[in-house]
Amino acid sequence: MDIWNYLEYAAWALSALVAAIMLLDMFRIDTTYDNELLTSSREGELELTQERHEL
Amino acid sequence: MSNTTAAAAQERLGLLRVLGPGHVWALGVGIVLVGEYMGWNFSVGKGGMIAGLVACWVAGLLYTCVAMIDSEVTSTVAAAGGQYAQAKHIVGPLMAFNVGLFLVMAYTMLEAANAITIGFLLDTVAGMLGHSGLNQKPFIILTILALAWLNYRGVLASLSFNFIITAFAFVAIIVLFLSVQFGASAVPLDFSAVSNEPLPYGWLGIVAALHFGLWYYLGIEGTCQAAEEVRSPARSLPFGTMAGIMTLLIAATLTWYVCSGLIPWEYLGNAGTPLFDAARVTGNSGLMVLLFIGTAFATTASANGCINDASRAWFSMGRDRYLPSWFGAVHPHYRTPYRSIVFLVPIALIFALGAPLDQVITFSILSGLLGYTFMTFNMVMFRRKWPLGTIKRGYVHPWHPLPALLLLLICGATYFAVFLGYGTQLIAMLSFYIIASLWFHFWRYRFVRRGDQFTMPWPRPIGY
Repeated sequence: MDIWNYLEYAAWALSALVAAIMLLDMFRIDTTYDNELLTSSREGELELTQERHEL
Repeated sequence: MSNTTAAAAQERLGLLRVLGPGHVWALGVGIVLVGEYMGWNFSVGKGGMIAGLVACWVAGLLYTCVAMIDSEVTSTVAAAGGQYAQAKHIVGPLMAFNVGLFLVMAYTMLEAANAITIGFLLDTVAGMLGHSGLNQKPFIILTILALAWLNYRGVLASLSFNFIITAFAFVAIIVLFLSVQFGASAVPLDFSAVSNEPLPYGWLGIVAALHFGLWYYLGIEGTCQAAEEVRSPARSLPFGTMAGIMTLLIAATLTWYVCSGLIPWEYLGNAGTPLFDAARVTGNSGLMVLLFIGTAFATTASANGCINDASRAWFSMGRDRYLPSWFGAVHPHYRTPYRSIVFLVPIALIFALGAPLDQVITFSILSGLLGYTFMTFNMVMFRRKWPLGTIKRGYVHPWHPLPALLLLLICGATYFAVFLGYGTQLIAMLSFYIIASLWFHFWRYRFVRRGDQFTMPWPRPIGY
């Protein structure tokens, strides 16, 4: 066992930790907020308010 | 009634508009600069030093056309999804679906290739320090997951991070060039092969080299994906994209010059990390450390930018119901397309852990090339349907239709080059897109809200 073996284990552990944090946050958001709100984004909202496309 | 509408509008979640031209530059150059650190040199192996330089500049011309065309259209169609949103408004739904897939496949595979490279780099370092047989898998997985998490947490942090590491990697190339020019190298520059063996495989070598010449610039069109998150799309996108292609033209030429002068072309054509190898040839330990960090940073920046771009394209397709609308969700705190980011992680891992590097790179290049071919007729249709003077453009590219025609010509030559080396993959990729198109046309399009997908408040196009 040298430092590279420890780094391999550390990488496995960090990977599992990051995956768990991300999935738990996603689960928390999906169960806390209404799906209608989460998917309410619409393309072109800036266009309607700021970009007039008029010369 | 108006109060209810206003309340609903206030509750709507959208992507966060926080980016400036520097972030656009960091996104485009960040994705691409890894191509200077590895991959481009196979063009030298295909046709020799001269072929490598011709491929560098011909591909540079191709991508200058791409950057000019993209800058004009994107400054007008400022929506996440970039070329997907352009295709939807200018060509039609089936083209848009295909372009969306080209983008997701190109960026996800490039992300996988970058993660594989980081594993390879760490294995190289471990080998140099006396440890053999490093298990690369945990490092590949950690790279993809950590960068996905960074993207999940917010676009400002992820692209500010990209700006810093991309700028470092670019400065490292400049420092290597200046150091070699001013005598810091133990080995002098030697270009005798240019006259002794100008074209070892003849003119066909130049055509074959084109395939890998793309690697110098592949991905600069990714700047368009930030369209919905920049504060001023009409200004920031053209500025960031054009500054990006100028940076890459300088970096590509310096890279060819230093590497070709220091490393014999027979070796350079097969090197895994040419800029790092050039630094090793100089015998200067400071340059070796600098270029190793530059290689690691360029690779990380590319993977980071690819996650950003692939997730925006997937998110846009979900939002328009080209894919299940579940993917069109925005995180209420971080304001990122979090479901798309998470969904694409296992796909990137499958490619990174299960496919050879050259196949992954080739599929990425092919998807990119299909996207460039689309840009040619997209540009012509855009100018025909909405001529200059009918809608406001943030940037107008010169000499239309010359750049579009030139782009089409170079794309044709590059298809031939790819066919020479990877004909089976080209046919497999085209078959995949044909099958996906049939699925979209006969099944998926019935779920699309047809009136909602055209969002730009433009006048009726000419001829309609």
